[in-house]
Amino acid sequence: MRHSITTQPSAVYMKKKISQRPLRSFNKALSMWQLYVLILPAVVYLIIFSYFPMYGIQIAFKNYRVSKGIWGSEWVGLDHFVRFLTFPNFWKIMLNTLRISFKSLIWGFPFPVLLALLLNELNNVTFKKIVQMITYAPHFISTITVCGMVLLFFNREYGIVNAVISALGGEKVDWLSNASYFDALYVGSGIWQSLGWGTIIYLAALSGVSPEMVEAAKIDGASRAKVVWHINIPTILPTIVIMLILNCGSLLGVGFEKVFALQNDLNLEVSNVISTYTYQIGLQGGQFSYASAIGLFNNIVNVIVLIFVNTIAKKLSDISIL
Amino acid sequence: MKQKKSKIRSSRSDKIFDTINVCLMILVLLIMLYPLWFVLIASFSDPNAVNMGKVTLYPVGFTTASYINVLGSDKIWSGYYNTIFNTLFGTALNLALTIPCGYVLSKKELPGRGFLSILFVITMYFGGGMIPAYLNVYNLGLLDNRWTLVILGGISVYNMIITRTYFQNSIPGELYESATIDGASHFRSFFQIAIPLAAPIIAVIALYYAVGRWNEYYNALIYVNKTELMPLQIVLRNILINNQNLLDQLLADPNATEEQISNQARLAYMAESMKYAIIYVASLPMLLLYPFIQKYFVKGVMIGSLKG
Repeated sequence: MRHSITTQPSAVYMKKKISQRPLRSFNKALSMWQLYVLILPAVVYLIIFSYFPMYGIQIAFKNYRVSKGIWGSEWVGLDHFVRFLTFPNFWKIMLNTLRISFKSLIWGFPFPVLLALLLNELNNVTFKKIVQMITYAPHFISTITVCGMVLLFFNREYGIVNAVISALGGEKVDWLSNASYFDALYVGSGIWQSLGWGTIIYLAALSGVSPEMVEAAKIDGASRAKVVWHINIPTILPTIVIMLILNCGSLLGVGFEKVFALQNDLNLEVSNVISTYTYQIGLQGGQFSYASAIGLFNNIVNVIVLIFVNTIAKKLSDISIL
Repeated sequence: MKQKKSKIRSSRSDKIFDTINVCLMILVLLIMLYPLWFVLIASFSDPNAVNMGKVTLYPVGFTTASYINVLGSDKIWSGYYNTIFNTLFGTALNLALTIPCGYVLSKKELPGRGFLSILFVITMYFGGGMIPAYLNVYNLGLLDNRWTLVILGGISVYNMIITRTYFQNSIPGELYESATIDGASHFRSFFQIAIPLAAPIIAVIALYYAVGRWNEYYNALIYVNKTELMPLQIVLRNILINNQNLLDQLLADPNATEEQISNQARLAYMAESMKYAIIYVASLPMLLLYPFIQKYFVKGVMIGSLKG
């Protein structure tokens, strides 16, 4: 289409050009067949492992029977969605999901930004490198290991935390079975694990700060803190906004692995989230259709949130990822 | 002259700023290191001393018993074997799918490129979900198979985009043009020009995938039930997380006799100290490797951020 607007010498020429276009691009595609061969494995893989399951989503609107298969099972419309939305625990699960991810975002987001700003101000390059390397370490440890460490440290009987508390003359605290500590443990261990790694992207953005501007500000008598506030932060603001959008996009996508690992019967009240509920209902309970409906609901809300946040960010700052 | 002046002017408040900054960084270092240090010293300490809270800064009653116990367990070795198997073959599959895909999608003149890109990007934001994915794997007959975990997780669209960005920005298009003029086919351009020049990005992507494969746990939990196929992370979970819950329940059981409890407590102490050792046994390869590979990882994040 753009082609026809830019070149308008004569109607005849235009007509000719348009009629030739499909043919030409077909010939071009033919001459590049080897490229299609190269991408074929990835496309086939994607179709089998990503698009086949999307086809399977229809069981959310059916009563799936293993004997009848995905296509043969009978349609039930929105029954499973209605069932989930009217389920007495629906709001609890929803709010748990939102609360946990919201807290992770609110507490987890600012620390890497802060650390990156401070790292950038370190004069001693060796010290800076040491801090970076050590803060990266937890990123390479698995989620299961981190959760295992949380369980070990905060164990009521043998944990170091209670050992220190009782050595100082305090009462032992039931960290793991008391639901009110779940969020703090979840969010805290998350910050520990991702803090250092999260700085990389901001440090990269900070390398874009113009040295001339900083020099000029210093000559004018600006202190280091002022340079950080008035030059460094505005420079990395677009990066911060993009990261914020990306993080908001997964607001309902609370990581299954970690919640599942930290979950126990006593904290279920606060730790039952959509993904763990889907697992429990679907894979452990065998209610495939109902669980698929919950998963689909979750996914749709996620996409809506992402589009919403992206639109707001676009309006406010002209930055968008979509 | 100028530099001197600015130094003098900014000296005092900046010195305070620097001091506070360095103190904060030391605090961050302590918070990061202490948990890792504690696990290390606890794994080498007498279990009783750990459980009494006597171990805080250095090992007490040095012993390697927990490591001997852990390394004597068959489960750990089979977990190690499975994880190494999955990591090696899995990463190979990842590269075979990702690198050509990133290369092809970097060709701006390719008809259908936009459509293909969208096909990939959609899957970043929307998917079938846990159950349809499970049924799909079930229908493919891939449950509980030696190759299940190798085949699943074959391509990460995020990594593919990083690769594409690298091909687009770091290899000049003229190179391919001159090769084409000299009669090179697209296959030849890819294998003999693009791949050698893309060595840095291949290293980055391979490491990304390998670390992911090593720490992979979700797919194993959902698709693998056979004990002999369980990777290290599942073995870890069974020991670190499930054991713990069982033990707590037992200790809370009001009907347990005194003898049962004391016997259990002794076993529990041993089990607890093995947990510290197992954390290092499972994470050591990554903790030893990462200082050497972290710069490649950082590079990957940088390339990725070019096209957020």
